[in-house]
Amino acid sequence: MEPFIHQVLAGLATGGIYASVALALVMIYQATHLVNFAQGELAMFSTYIAWSLINAGMPYWGAFFLTVGLSFVLGVVIERVVIRPVENSPVLAVVVVFIALLVILNSVTGWIYTFTIKTFPSPFPGQPLFGNKYMSSHEIGAIGVTLVVLLLLYVFFRFTPLGLAMRAAAQNPESSRLVGIRVGWMLALGWGLAAAIGSVAGMMVAPIVFLDPNMMGGVLLYAFAAALVGGIDNPAGAVFGGFLVGVLENVLGAFVIGNELKLAVALVLIIGVLTVRPSGLFGKVHVTRV
Amino acid sequence: MALLETANLHAAYGQTRVLHGISFSMEEGTITTLLGANGAGKTTTLRALCGMVRTEGEVRFGGQRIDGRATEDIVRLGIAHVPDGRGTFVNLTTEENLRLGAYTRKDRAAIDADLERVYGYFPRLGERRAQQAGTLSGGEQQMLAVSRALMLRPRLMLLDEPSFGLAPLIVRELFGILRALNQKEHVSMLLVEQNAAMALDLADHAYLIETGRVVLSGTSGEIKSNDAVRRSYLGY
Ligand SMILES: Nc1ncnc2c1ncn2[C@@H]1O[C@H](COP(=O)(O)OP(=O)(O)O)[C@@H](O)[C@H]1O
Ligand SMILES: [Mg+2]
Repeated sequence: MEPFIHQVLAGLATGGIYASVALALVMIYQATHLVNFAQGELAMFSTYIAWSLINAGMPYWGAFFLTVGLSFVLGVVIERVVIRPVENSPVLAVVVVFIALLVILNSVTGWIYTFTIKTFPSPFPGQPLFGNKYMSSHEIGAIGVTLVVLLLLYVFFRFTPLGLAMRAAAQNPESSRLVGIRVGWMLALGWGLAAAIGSVAGMMVAPIVFLDPNMMGGVLLYAFAAALVGGIDNPAGAVFGGFLVGVLENVLGAFVIGNELKLAVALVLIIGVLTVRPSGLFGKVHVTRV
Repeated sequence: MALLETANLHAAYGQTRVLHGISFSMEEGTITTLLGANGAGKTTTLRALCGMVRTEGEVRFGGQRIDGRATEDIVRLGIAHVPDGRGTFVNLTTEENLRLGAYTRKDRAAIDADLERVYGYFPRLGERRAQQAGTLSGGEQQMLAVSRALMLRPRLMLLDEPSFGLAPLIVRELFGILRALNQKEHVSMLLVEQNAAMALDLADHAYLIETGRVVLSGTSGEIKSNDAVRRSYLGY
């Protein structure tokens, strides 16, 4: 029983990271109906920024918050400069831009920092907290950080006028303009927030998987599976999906299919959801007239 | 000085030209109605006024040129548009819809007071303030659209067929409230209607539009007694 509990708890820790990235995907999806394939690489790039800051001698939490801020700005700038020109282009053109962004971020990072694996520090103590034998401090800390991020996002979208305006702009741009919302800027803010969330996820996952330019590939796949399981247009569903995928990945990897095939869990989930229930567990069913 | 004035206003959707030089004006504090058959260009005229369609020609609001400006900026001048089809934010609650109407305002306390004032005019919206707006009835959504516009504290309201699809009793209630808003709060209104009889009862002035041109204008009384209007639009 004990190894099982251990795997479930470890799954919750990585699941929180998938949940964050899934939430970033959902935010962009709700506004544009597109999946941002570059979301993972953006998070990876942010994590390298944090690594540079920490190596330059900045204290961990200073580097953490500065990275979140810089990532927000980077997300806004990318939307304004790269995405906005193709806003009204066919879906395929935008997807190509996303993939180009992915490849460029990956190789630019490799060029600046090389592809050698680096260690990334955890802000949490090395010994398990409270002498528990199930979870490392980093795992508990990562869950805590994830929950704080989710709570802040919930409060922002639910209780602030700007959060309300962003939701409105995503679902009804024309009516939003009629009440004075600058819809284009709401989209840019969405990109900024998504990049900021991604940076937190990157900094929380890097101590576990180590820092290298390809570290977010698997995370993005799990996050995509999580978003699909929860319903790609449902933020709460995506968060639930993230934790579910994290636990499934760990438990199945440890006891059923082995660690080498863990990533297959994500693929099976993606294909399974797309064929059996494309709207996910909690998503709205969309009917398109043909 | 006229509150709103257009001169030789043209508009097109892509290659399709829809307005061919519309000129009209209205005074502050009045209700003016645009009448015309389906497809005449009434909705397009309202869309042209707030920058939702490509235009040529002049639009002046309070003497200031506003043609060519972005919709978001025109709203900030105090023009609230109750669009064709109501424009409900269907996944948001009634109250969130109303708060969005006040998005450009910074006076938080006054916004809360205005919410209560709007619920006073439309008690049914108050009862459904926490309900998803997409689940409201057609009549309730129309009242929500009018209320959302009111939350701007507008100088001018553009109303696109507020009676569309509503039961006669509800239409009468709605028009009664529009009249009260005009008389008590001095909101100017530009009203587009197919229900010409009701619109002429409410409005001070009227313009008749046919295929993108103004073909007749005058006080409501004059238009009501025009024989051609009576035959084609009032049906007696
Ligand atoms: N989005 C659009 N694209 C092309 N043509 C349009 C569009 N909207 C309206 N039209 C055309 O413009 C003309 C005027 O439409 P509209 O202004 O909606 O008339 P009304 O509101 O008086 O019924 C109609 O011939 C209509 O077919
Ligand atoms: Mg119309």
